[in-house]
Amino acid sequence: MSQPHAILAEYDTPADILAAAVKVREAGYKKWDVHTPFPVHGMDDAMGLGNAQVGWFTFFGGLIGFVSGMLMIWFMNKFDYDIVVGGKPLFSGFAAFPVAYELTILLGAFGSLGGMFIMNRLPRHHHPLLANERFCAVTDDKFFVVIECDDPIYNDQETRVLLKSTGANHIEIVEDAE
Amino acid sequence: MSEAAGQTVETHTPEELARPTYVLNNHPFGWITDKVSSIVEDKMPRWWNVAFGVSFLTMMMCFVMIGYLFTTGVGVWGLNHPVAWGWAIVNFVFWIGIGHAGTLISAILFLLRQKWRTSINRTAEAMTIFAVICAGIFPGIHVGRMWYAWWLLPIPNANSVWPQFRSPLLWDVFAVSTYFTVSLLFWYMGLIPDLATIRDRLRKNAGKLTTGSAKLINRFKQFMYGLFAMGWTGSNRHWWNYEKAYLLLAGLSTPLVLSVHSIVSFDFAVSQVPGWHTTIFPPYFVAGAVFSGFGMVLTLMIPMRTLFKLEDIITIRHLEYMCKVIIATGSIVGYAYAMEFFIAWYGGNPYELYAFKNRAAGPYWWAYWIMISCNVICPQLFWFKWCRTKVWFIFIISIFINIGMWFERFVIVVVSLHRDFLSSSWGYYSPTQIDILTFIGTFGLFMTLFLLFIRYLPAIAIFEVKAVTPQANPHHELGGAKTKNGPKKKGGGNQ
Repeated sequence: MSQPHAILAEYDTPADILAAAVKVREAGYKKWDVHTPFPVHGMDDAMGLGNAQVGWFTFFGGLIGFVSGMLMIWFMNKFDYDIVVGGKPLFSGFAAFPVAYELTILLGAFGSLGGMFIMNRLPRHHHPLLANERFCAVTDDKFFVVIECDDPIYNDQETRVLLKSTGANHIEIVEDAE
Repeated sequence: MSEAAGQTVETHTPEELARPTYVLNNHPFGWITDKVSSIVEDKMPRWWNVAFGVSFLTMMMCFVMIGYLFTTGVGVWGLNHPVAWGWAIVNFVFWIGIGHAGTLISAILFLLRQKWRTSINRTAEAMTIFAVICAGIFPGIHVGRMWYAWWLLPIPNANSVWPQFRSPLLWDVFAVSTYFTVSLLFWYMGLIPDLATIRDRLRKNAGKLTTGSAKLINRFKQFMYGLFAMGWTGSNRHWWNYEKAYLLLAGLSTPLVLSVHSIVSFDFAVSQVPGWHTTIFPPYFVAGAVFSGFGMVLTLMIPMRTLFKLEDIITIRHLEYMCKVIIATGSIVGYAYAMEFFIAWYGGNPYELYAFKNRAAGPYWWAYWIMISCNVICPQLFWFKWCRTKVWFIFIISIFINIGMWFERFVIVVVSLHRDFLSSSWGYYSPTQIDILTFIGTFGLFMTLFLLFIRYLPAIAIFEVKAVTPQANPHHELGGAKTKNGPKKKGGGNQ
């Protein structure tokens, strides 16, 4: 059984979509989004998004990388297999630094990419929008505003009127095929 | 500002000068999508098949040589006392250096807000990954008993022996493997929105197909591109996190790329060998790596742009900028060569001084002077506008840079080793045919991977190129902004 998932409005230019986003936000919608072929400059502010939180994943990834790198080297060269090589100290932060540094970056990078996927709830391969014929153009040259039907202030008539007033050149309902 | 009474004050609004656009001819977004995707979607031209065949055979030759090495031993190479690091290490440093331009373009130029990078970053990053693969082969097969190469990694083993982390060679293992992994992550992340583009185009075209096999291939491709596109919908809530993660990855890759060649240089600098034991090595290696990498980027990019008619996206201006980076890094390299000589004399160490005299006038003088002419003299030609804008000329110079930078590593590795402290242990090193064919073979591997990349993945970052056009600027009239007052802006617009 299919049921309406969201209302979709299509625009031609970044200026139109930016203006539309401001209007939709001011109207008080919560469960809505803008879909664009590339990140539109100023859209984050227009949608009222703050600072993205991906940085925490990077930070903790890097922290884990550095600490585990140092601990690993201490364990392997000072604790578990302590053999003197060239009269050098068994453990020294200087000699251990390059490897710990690389591991900081390695796990920080995994944290960034993984954090991006987690924050975006991706991968999601069966999104109702991906089944929409018209929505194909989102990765080419069209811009879309999508307001979900279960938004608290969504109303079939009023939402359509609002989107029409923002200059959308096409409006349709996206079905969620269950 | 106070003006004297009675004086008439003329007011001007300063005329806004037109900025040149990064994509020529103000093409619409759809054109950019079509242009780049068509390379992936259309049948490959004949030259591609020929080039792929040649590269593939060369790659196979590399594997045969490695197989011979495995079954016979490192004696098949020209290594002997005193030169125990020969072509394998030269080739390793050469290939790893090539990679550095890709990361410079994708990460450092991103942090510096150099928007022209968008036309070339995808290809340059791919080049980085393939170059690091070629580089990684050499230390792996150089260890003698290659089946023990896993001892380089901290894996528990039956002897309860751990790697020795006080050695720069082990730092290198971590630096190179981190470099490969992070470059791959960065490259993949940039690909996600473009893979979604290919996925959506396949879906749009599916209806037009008639034959069963075409439909099946289309479905398979949709599945594969879709799988790696991760269900990307271009949502701005996603872009918001995506851009932050991209910025963070760029911020992580920048110290990474600087550290990788620094650590490679530690392989030499931490030792006692005259000619290696110098503090200038890390910055000098990094500059040399970027220099050589830009040489290779141009070598790859110039034929690609001509053969696929991408002149509107990879413009002469892009090539010119790359030439300017080459002047900068080439000059740093030239300065480093001079400074090494100066310190060898000023440092008062007779062994050090001899090592440098021996480079310029010893039995390997030819290698040294090939290096100087290719790396110090060639890039200086780019001070002339004519040299920076003639495509065939840039291509030739880029080849010379590749040659010169290979010889730089040859000079550092072989020429330093062949005569050190005791004249009783001097020698002359020559490569064997196996050495030479293995190295040529890695070009086959590199080109095979590169040609497959052009064939199956969008070679230009579609979404990033769109984002730097004036049409993408919501405050520009080409981006749909209504100019309320005053005359219309002239030219391509403000980027």
